[in-house]
Order: sequence, then structure tokens, then C-alpha cells
Amino acid sequence: MTDVRAGDFEGVAGRPAPSERERVEAENRRLAEERKKIVRDGPKLKGEKLAARLDATWRRPPGIIGWLATVDHKEIGRRYIVTALLFLALGGVLALAMRLQLARPDNNLIGADRYNQLFTMHGSTMMFLFAVPVMEGVAVYIIPLMLGTRSTAFPRLNAFSYFMYLFGGLLLWGAFVLNIGPDIGWFAYTPLSGPQFSPGKRADIWAQMITFTEVSALAAAVVLVCTILKTRAPGMTLARMPLFAWAMLVVAVMIIFSMPSVALASSMLISDRLIGTNFFNAYEHGDALLWQHLFWFFGHPEVYIIFLPATGFVSVIVETFCRRPVFAHAVVVLALISTGILAFGLWVHHMFATGLPRVGYSFYTAASMSVSIPTGLQIFCWLATMWDGRPRFEVPMLYVVGFIITFVIGGLTGVMVAAVPLDLQLHDTYFVVAHFHYVLIGGAVFPLLGILTYWYPKITGRMMDDTLGKIGFWMVFLGFQLAFFPMHWSGMLGMPRRVYTYPAGLGLELPNLLSTIGAFVVALAVGLFVVNGLVSLYRGRIAGPNPWGAASLEWATSSPPPVYNFAHIPVVESNTPLWDNDGELPVVTGLRVDEKEMLLTTVVAATPDLREPVPEPSLWPLISAIAVGVVFISSIFSPWAIAVGLVPCGIALTAWFWPKELKRHPEPVID
Amino acid sequence: MIFQARVRAAVLPLLLSACSYQHYQSDFGGAAVADRQFLTLFWIFIGVCAFMYALVIAFLIAGIARRSRKAEANVVETGRHHQSDPLMRSTLIGWAALIGVGLAALAIASFVADRSMAKAATNEKLAVTVTGNQWWWDIVYSSDQPSKMLHTANELHLPVGVPTRIYLNSNDVIHSFWVPSLGGKQDLIPGRNNAITVVPKTTGIFRGQCAEFCGTQHAHMALVVVVESYPDFIKWWDGQLQPAPAPATPVALAGYKYVTTGPCSACHSIGGTPASATVGPDLTHLASRKSIAAGMLPMSKGNLYGWVEDPQSLKPGSKMPTIGLEPDQLHAVVAYLETLK
Repeated sequence: MTDVRAGDFEGVAGRPAPSERERVEAENRRLAEERKKIVRDGPKLKGEKLAARLDATWRRPPGIIGWLATVDHKEIGRRYIVTALLFLALGGVLALAMRLQLARPDNNLIGADRYNQLFTMHGSTMMFLFAVPVMEGVAVYIIPLMLGTRSTAFPRLNAFSYFMYLFGGLLLWGAFVLNIGPDIGWFAYTPLSGPQFSPGKRADIWAQMITFTEVSALAAAVVLVCTILKTRAPGMTLARMPLFAWAMLVVAVMIIFSMPSVALASSMLISDRLIGTNFFNAYEHGDALLWQHLFWFFGHPEVYIIFLPATGFVSVIVETFCRRPVFAHAVVVLALISTGILAFGLWVHHMFATGLPRVGYSFYTAASMSVSIPTGLQIFCWLATMWDGRPRFEVPMLYVVGFIITFVIGGLTGVMVAAVPLDLQLHDTYFVVAHFHYVLIGGAVFPLLGILTYWYPKITGRMMDDTLGKIGFWMVFLGFQLAFFPMHWSGMLGMPRRVYTYPAGLGLELPNLLSTIGAFVVALAVGLFVVNGLVSLYRGRIAGPNPWGAASLEWATSSPPPVYNFAHIPVVESNTPLWDNDGELPVVTGLRVDEKEMLLTTVVAATPDLREPVPEPSLWPLISAIAVGVVFISSIFSPWAIAVGLVPCGIALTAWFWPKELKRHPEPVID
Repeated sequence: MIFQARVRAAVLPLLLSACSYQHYQSDFGGAAVADRQFLTLFWIFIGVCAFMYALVIAFLIAGIARRSRKAEANVVETGRHHQSDPLMRSTLIGWAALIGVGLAALAIASFVADRSMAKAATNEKLAVTVTGNQWWWDIVYSSDQPSKMLHTANELHLPVGVPTRIYLNSNDVIHSFWVPSLGGKQDLIPGRNNAITVVPKTTGIFRGQCAEFCGTQHAHMALVVVVESYPDFIKWWDGQLQPAPAPATPVALAGYKYVTTGPCSACHSIGGTPASATVGPDLTHLASRKSIAAGMLPMSKGNLYGWVEDPQSLKPGSKMPTIGLEPDQLHAVVAYLETLK
């Protein structure tokens, strides 16, 4: 097909002085010689010879240094996913501890102080260390494969993002192990989290964990936006882009707009606590409610940052297992975008009880309800695809069915709490706990478990066990309903959130006991999922490149993919390339194979645009992350840490960005 | 089938349990205007949402039942482009319209209910100020006559049928005033003045609880609300205005001396005695209240002993310290506190 080649590039502005001319001509001759040595893929170089050559170019150095220095999106994505699942397990253990404490009224198993740490850690871990990172991790792994390219954009930033996330998680959990875990709730309302009412370092640890994950999520978002917009395979126009890529594009843009709000809030909280700025102190002309506005301006989009990737998963699974492109592709894309926009207009519905002007509340009621329109349309589109296609109920598809049954309940209770008169009763009760677990577990974790089963063969080369997968699904699904449906009742019977115990005689005994039993069933099922994943690494059936017969490009390469992803960059001519081309996909050739290089395409039409060199592995992202981490952690203790600590940060970042080659490249990368 | 099984497993016992309690602290109490409006609106929402849910599940079951197939038939179907199937397309538009209409109806219902609740807040006859503290409620009844101002704590008395304005402030962190049987909640925010209006419709004793996480003992920041007839309420008010009775027995006298001069008086006030600090709850008529430690324990001699002797083991983190009273001091203090009817 199209053969991208470097043209000669002579027109340099200005006319060189005669004395310089000879030097320039000599340089040009040298460059011409070097150009002849460049190796590209193409008809002369393909098959195993090409694979060996690419492998030599793209493989990172072995050993621990190479492992730490890697910029391969697949390695980073795998680390993200594994780390996030570990945090899921830790957060789950906390949930079980809380459920044990709440199994009986007036229980003395866990004291007030420890319990407050538990629910704070549970919420913070699940939101900041599991749900968002796992979505980013899956995207970092799969998006370049799905788009038919060899790497993410800014691979070193990607590595930096992972290390920041890891350090934030270690900070939080290290503190918890030392019994200085935060105890202020995952929302850390001021003035409770302020210097007067939370002396000690617990609230600072929470705030700096937030700072770590903000930086990490922003970096990952930038990587994803640029990857999705600029590295798609030729021919993959925006209209042909897979729905999961659309979902991640919207999510990444949402992260870029929402994270600065919580970054501002957590920085103001830290400075209130560290240097007495009184931003949130009502008695010194600050405002206690300001925190809630800033936090929820981030916090509500956060929910959709977790949910929209999951809708992308659902679209992927539905398409593959119904053997049809998702019905009304354009409607789904528009639904994603409009959800992303509406998500920013809802934050006040977390504040209906704070006494803001009531007529203003009506606007947020309407906005909150309207977000169910795009979501309702997406649900219709998936159901219509199932109706029209011939669904096959493999494990991932079961999770989609479980998702619809569960998530729609959460969505409808969401409509209920959007109404001010209802919310005033239901707000901050177990009804809301039930609501958002239906939305987040039903809406995001079910699709996640489905998609992990679905992409497991791509990542590991082996299939997960089907029987274990089905048993696990039914346990998760039924256990979830048992754990969380009774919470609607306990909330209506007057059980507020975040209480470490409740009195007997209010009717709360039975629903709480059922919830506890259900929670253990879910935990058992998640354990089963993990066992399945570990055993299948060694025992699973060999998958082959495309075990599910799917249509998108990640299945066009071997499982697991080679380090360079694709021997030749594929060319896309439809929404479902692997279904529409029998046998081989058309490809572009001409990328260098002696250097790491990827093809950039135009934003809308995805026509070949640039050949972009891909950075080599480097330790500087890790060193920079350590330097930044030292600043964040030491600034908990002294404002001087910021002034002193920024010096190593500056050095590390300078070294990272230092231009590696100053001499003229043998050929320009622009064609 | 899955759904029905789940309903059978989870909902029925819950419904039974929900019905067998007295709505002491429950959204289903319906003991005031706001909660009755809530319940009406709640069932409207449940109806509309259940209808929409049934449609989704019906479509899901139909989609599954229609053409599901065996694993070996895993081939892509070519041909018919269902994207442009006119029937499907019009169904999509109809579905969007249905969601839109349903939501509009619910939004209007919600708006109307909200307006009518706001309107109820205009003709109150009684003003009470409730101030949140970690972790108890300070209560002041206002009156035109300064001598009629009443200071109490943790137990709110309301006359039935009388619209009462409750002003909400906080001395420390954000709390939330919530008595489910009487209606929705409202936050107590330092530096802000909030208020709600309650119009109780039935007499009875209800329990409320702080609904915004406010620190270590958030779980034990409860409030007893007694709704009584207007004459009973006035009788209660007059009784509460009396200073504390003088101790009648030698033991009570010893307790009186300890309480009013010892560490207790650093935080608590007792009307008619030298104890007049306002850090902790007012104790003037402590023994007339139904609970101690902000709704945590029923009022009884045994619980008074337990609470006064070691508050930190009953309510860890509470601002009331464990003083380490000698047994005779403890007997005396409890004997005196018991007289504060």
C-alpha cells in the first residue's frame, strides 16, 4: 500500500557563506552515505528476518536496570493492572473487616478510631489506587495495540506516571500499617481535616497521596490523549475508531479538566495545615464549604472517569460476542462525549443538605437527571446489538448481562437521589452506599472482570479457565446483590454512613448481617478470579492470536504481542478491520527497523503524517519520580522541603529532557 | 429468574423486618409533613423507575432468548446492516423520548415537592437553635422573654402540629441534623446559618442521628426527639426552666459539692448552681432525659455509673475524660445526678 519514504530535504533557509558551503556539502555527503545504511521494513525485509531485526531494536536491556528503565507500554500497562488489582485486594480486605464489625449491633470487634481509618482507606484505595489506575493500566496496555501502533506517545512520561502512582499507594499503605492512616473519609471535608480537628499527620498523608495520584493520572491522561489522536493506524479515521478508544479519549480529557480542581484543593489543605493559610477556616475569613465545591467538581467527574472506560469495555465485549458492530456507533460516541460534558455540571448534588439556595438546587437536579439520557441510550444500543446479533454467552458476555441488570438499578437510584426532596432523606445514608456500589461495582467492576477475562489471552497468550470463570461470575453477581441490595433498606431505616456501630432495635440487624454474608461471597469470588488468573498463566489453553474471533486490531498480532507490537503497521479500511479483511490486513511499510520509530497520523483522517523516533529505555523517569516523591512526602513535615527538594527535581527533569543528539540526523522525520 | 430469586432472597425478609419496627428512626416514620411529602415522592419515583427497569430487563431477556446460539456457530454474519434498520432506529428514538418524558415528569414532581416544602417554612411559631459539637447537640429554645429562654442538650421536645424553625449552627466541624421520621437532613456548618422547618404530625419519641461524618465518635452522636401535645410541651418547658433541686440527702450533697467545684464544673453547667461552663452539655435536668451521652445509652442508674466512671471506654475519643473517681465520689456524683429531674 502506501509506502512512506523520506524525501530529500534541501531547502534550508538562508544562503550559506562560500566558506561554509564546502563544509555543508561535505556534511550532506556524509548524511547521504548514512541514509543508505538505514534499514526499513518493506518487501525486501519481512517475515522472520524482520521480526528478529525489530526485536533486537525494540527489546529493552535485560536485568533489573532494564526492568526499571522500560518504556514499553505493555510492561507498564501490566504493572499498572497488577498493582491496581493488589490494591483492590487490600481495599477488599478492609471492606471485609468493616462488614465483620457491622455484622452485629453494638459490636466491639473494631474500635472507632480504627474503623474510621478503615473506611477512609477503603474509599481512598478503591477510588484513587484501584478504579482509576486500573482503567488507565488497561488503556495503556491495549490502546496502542487497538490503534495499530508500536508505542504510546511519550513513553517515558508513561513510566513516570506509573512510578508516581506506585509511590502514592505505598505512602498511604505504609502510613496505615504504622497506624497513622487517614481517618477523615475519602472526601476529607474541612474543617474536620483541617489543622484544628485533625492534629497529627494523618490528613497530610491523605492529601499527599492525592497529589501523587493527581500527577500520575494527569500524566497518563496526556499520554492517552496524544496516543489516541496521533498514533492511530493509517485509515483509522475518528469515525472508525473503536468505542473503547473513544471512551478513553473522553476520560483522558475529563481527567485533564477535573484533576486540577482537586490538586488545588489538596494543595490548599496542605498549606492550611503546614503554614496556616486558613483557606477553609470559617473563623478566619475562610470558607468550610469551598472544599466541598472544589472536591466535588473533581469528585463527580471522577465517577464517570471510572464508569466510561467500563462502557468502552462493554462495547468491546458486546461487539465481539454478538458478532456485530455495536448498534448506532455514532449515538454511542455522542453519548460518551455528552456524558463527559454533563459530568462537570452535577457536583452540587453532593451538597443538597448544605443549605445553598434552593432554587439553584433545581438546576443541579435537572442536570443530574439528564445524565441518564446518554447512559440510557448506550444501554439501548448494547441491547439492540444483542437483539439483532447472536449473542454467545462466554464469561465476558455474562459479565455484560450482570452489568446491565445491576448497573441500571444503580442508575435509577441515582435519579432518585438527584431529586432534592428525596436526597435530603437519603443523602449520607446506606441508601447512597448501595447506590454508588451498584454504579461502581455493577457499572465498572463487572465490565472490568469481563474485559480482563477477554484480554487475558492477549496479555498472557493463554485462556482463563471457563468453568472457574462461570462459577466466579455467578458468585460475584449473586454475592453482590446479597451484599448491597439490603443496604437500600438499612439506609431507609435510618442508618447513616461512616458509623462504626449501630444500636440494636432499629431494624438494622438483618440487613447488615445479609450484607456481611454477601460481602464474603464476593470476596471469595474475587479470590477465585485471581486463582483462575494465576493458574491459567501456566495451565491455560494456548490462545493463538485471535481466540474470540474479534474484529479490532489488538487481535491482529500474536498473543502475547511482540515487543514491537506489529511487524508492519496495519492499514484500516472499516470499523471492524479483522472481520472485513479475509486473511492479511493491508499494511504500510517504510518505518525504520534499526531505530525505534513509530508512525504518526493526522488527527481526524488518520493519514500518515510523521515518523516519530521512540525514546530508548531510561532510568530518568524513575529518578524523577523519586525526586518528586521526596518533595511531596517531606513537605508533610516542613515547608522548607519544597524549596530544598525542588533542586533534585530540577536536576532529574533536566537530565531526563536533555537533548541527546545535537548533530544533524541523517534524514528528517517529516515526509 | 435470577432477579426473582434475588428478590425472594433479600427483599422479603427485609420487608418483614421493616414492618416489625416502630419507625423509631426510619424514613418510613411519616411523623411530620416533610417526611410524608418525601414518602409520596419516593413512591412516585419507585413507580417510574420500576417501569423503566422492567422495560430494560424485558428487552434484555428478549435479546437473549431471540437468537442465542451454540459456541460452534461463532461466525460473523454478513449482509443486513442493522445500523440502518428503520424499525430499530425508530425504537431508539422512541426510547430516548420515553427517557426524556419520564425524567421531565420526575423532575417536575421533585420541583413541586421541593417548592411546597420551602413554602412550609414561612409560618413557624417556635424557634429552636441546635448547635453541633463533637459529639453532642446543644439546644436553645428562644422566647421573647429572656427568662423563658431554655438551654438543654441532646433531647429535643417539639409540640405536635406546630411549625418549628430549627436553626442549625456548629461549634467545630460539619454535622448534619437528621431525624428520619420527621423529614430530611440539613448540615450544621461552622460559619454558616442553616435552618429547617419541622411540622410534626404525630406524637411519639423519635431518634435522630448526625449524618455527616464528624470525627471519631460520629456513630454516637444521636438525638432523642419527643413530639408531644402542646400543653405537655409547655409543661415540659416550664419544668425545664426551674433551677436544679437542692440535694436532699448527705450523699447527694457530697455529690453536689464534687460536681459543682470539681472537674465536672470545668465543662458542664447546672442551673442554680455555681457550675456554669458551656463546653459540655447542660446537665440541669439530666435525669429527666431519656438518654445519656448523646443518645448512646438509656438513662438509668447503672448507665450513669458506667458513663461517669469511664466515658473513654464506652465512647472512646469522647471529649469527656475518664477522671478516675474514687468509689465514694462516684456514688455521690451519681446520687446527685439522679436528683436532676
